[in-house]
Amino acid sequence: MKYLLAFMTVLLLSAAGAAPADSPDPPENVVTEAAEEFQVRRAIDLEASDTPEDAGGSVRLTWRMETEGIAPDSLGVLRSDPSGAEELIKTLPEGFVMYDDDSAEDGTEYSYRIVSYLDGSTEACSDKAEAVSSAQWIYHGRIGMMIILILMGAVIVYYIESSKRGKKLYIREIAGLTAVDDAVGRATEMGKPVLYIPGIADMDDIQTIASIVILGRVARKTAEYGSTLLVPTSRSVVMSVAQEVVKEGYLQAGRPDAYNRENIQYLTDDQFGYAAGVDGIMVREKPAAIFLLGTFYAESLILAETGRSVGAIQLAGTAMPSQIPFFVAACDYTLIGEELFAASAYLSREPKLLGSLKGQDAAKLFFVILIVVGVIAATIGDYWSPLKSFAEFLRKLVTVT
Amino acid sequence: MNWEILGIWLGALVTFCLYSFLYRDNPFYKFAEHLFVGMSAGYWVIYNIENVLIPNWWQNMVPPEGGFNWVWVIPGIFALFMLARIVPKTAGLSRLALGMIIGTGAGLNMVSFFQTNAMSQVKGTIISVATGSAWDIFSSVVLVVGVVSGLVYFFFSKAHTGVVGKTANVGITILMVAFGASFGYTIMARLSLLIGRSQFLLEDWLPTIPRLLGLGG
Repeated sequence: MKYLLAFMTVLLLSAAGAAPADSPDPPENVVTEAAEEFQVRRAIDLEASDTPEDAGGSVRLTWRMETEGIAPDSLGVLRSDPSGAEELIKTLPEGFVMYDDDSAEDGTEYSYRIVSYLDGSTEACSDKAEAVSSAQWIYHGRIGMMIILILMGAVIVYYIESSKRGKKLYIREIAGLTAVDDAVGRATEMGKPVLYIPGIADMDDIQTIASIVILGRVARKTAEYGSTLLVPTSRSVVMSVAQEVVKEGYLQAGRPDAYNRENIQYLTDDQFGYAAGVDGIMVREKPAAIFLLGTFYAESLILAETGRSVGAIQLAGTAMPSQIPFFVAACDYTLIGEELFAASAYLSREPKLLGSLKGQDAAKLFFVILIVVGVIAATIGDYWSPLKSFAEFLRKLVTVT
Repeated sequence: MNWEILGIWLGALVTFCLYSFLYRDNPFYKFAEHLFVGMSAGYWVIYNIENVLIPNWWQNMVPPEGGFNWVWVIPGIFALFMLARIVPKTAGLSRLALGMIIGTGAGLNMVSFFQTNAMSQVKGTIISVATGSAWDIFSSVVLVVGVVSGLVYFFFSKAHTGVVGKTANVGITILMVAFGASFGYTIMARLSLLIGRSQFLLEDWLPTIPRLLGLGG
């Protein structure tokens, strides 16, 4: 239909006879322009280049579409390899002006064309553009983060070395951690076990790692006091690590004979299955002290409420913001967010952990200064532009793209 | 009796068994608990074999299109190290695998944690506190004061005394207000779960009783 219309128009214009004498264009030109109006738009200014900031295997294509003519139904991306074989690698809806070819091989020069389809047939074609894909070693969008991490690392190493040389590093008292020994002592006096729940995440989770470090300390205390330590886990790897750590704690306390591997058991990976199992342990074993330290989700309140109902002293800690309120409401002591990570250093007083904590404090101080200076600059910058640029610079420094 | 009704009845019975815990520990709860734990443990074993071991390891080592990728033998060996714990003499080998898991996890998480929990937060806090409506200004001030005082609260190198102590108190107060809001929000979500279970019992299970008794339906 569109072709018929175009043909009729051309025919009518051809039959119109000679143009008036004062017409600036000859009749042939009028005919050509009218025909172009009914041509299908094609991609122009096609550019192919290696996709920036990637691990290779990708070529980025960008183009513009002609503004005059009939809009195509869709666009096809054609790719030729060095042998000359051309293939259609992607069909895009009309309107696209960019495409990443993620099937390119690094080091191979490809030639690309964009074709315009209308009613299933190829109606127009762009010029060719060539590119070679390659991988980049440095992702520039994370340069700021890299610099800050290197500085942070250097500060941490400095504090670790200082601590190793015997320098006393001050750590303020963390409410709740002083209760660890009391809780274990209470369990010993009552002749009841200590229950340690390391959360429901696996060993690749930072909170679980922090929890396991604290477990070592608790294990040592229970071994010294002669209490029973129960550690139900919801991940098999956590169980293996917990067994190693508890065994080590008992060894350090000089009570390897008291270590019972069966007390550190795997229940299930299922979140609520685990919660049901731990609840059962709580009501049957009636522990005098319960530690809930690690990553928790919706099961946090179920566990904490059951622990409270059996009369246990409870110490909880997590960095999951949505679960902290439940622990605050149902437990005797709660380690909020980073206190969980600081707890391991506070309890063990190991130079590596203390140094790491001091280094993190230095980073926090840096961020506080950055925020305060940035906010002042941004606020005054509303009235004085140089400071606005400075605020933008600070924002860019911490931007990760 | 058809399978659908059987499923509804099983669901209702297990629900009642679990809710019986609200009264006290009892054999019905114990039954439901052991059923839940046992079935879910078995389910996760199969789930991990089907969705982790086969697609992520086996099919990479022995691709369906043929061939054998020797490099994938290495993770297999590490997996065997974990199983070496069964034999006390070889139990130490599992430490290699555990070290690999913990080290890789910590390293990979460091970047993403730092990006989302530190860099993005700092960037979002560097704002002007003198633009927009009065409410916008108030919100901006609360944001900046909250972040800065919160960071001071989590500063462990200085005792919470004097100015630091007062700033930290502001920080923990703002945190507690946020926790309170979060508590209320989550309680609403939990109530919706209870409502869902109640609807199941009232709308799905209860109507099956007259049908079973031959009273219509």
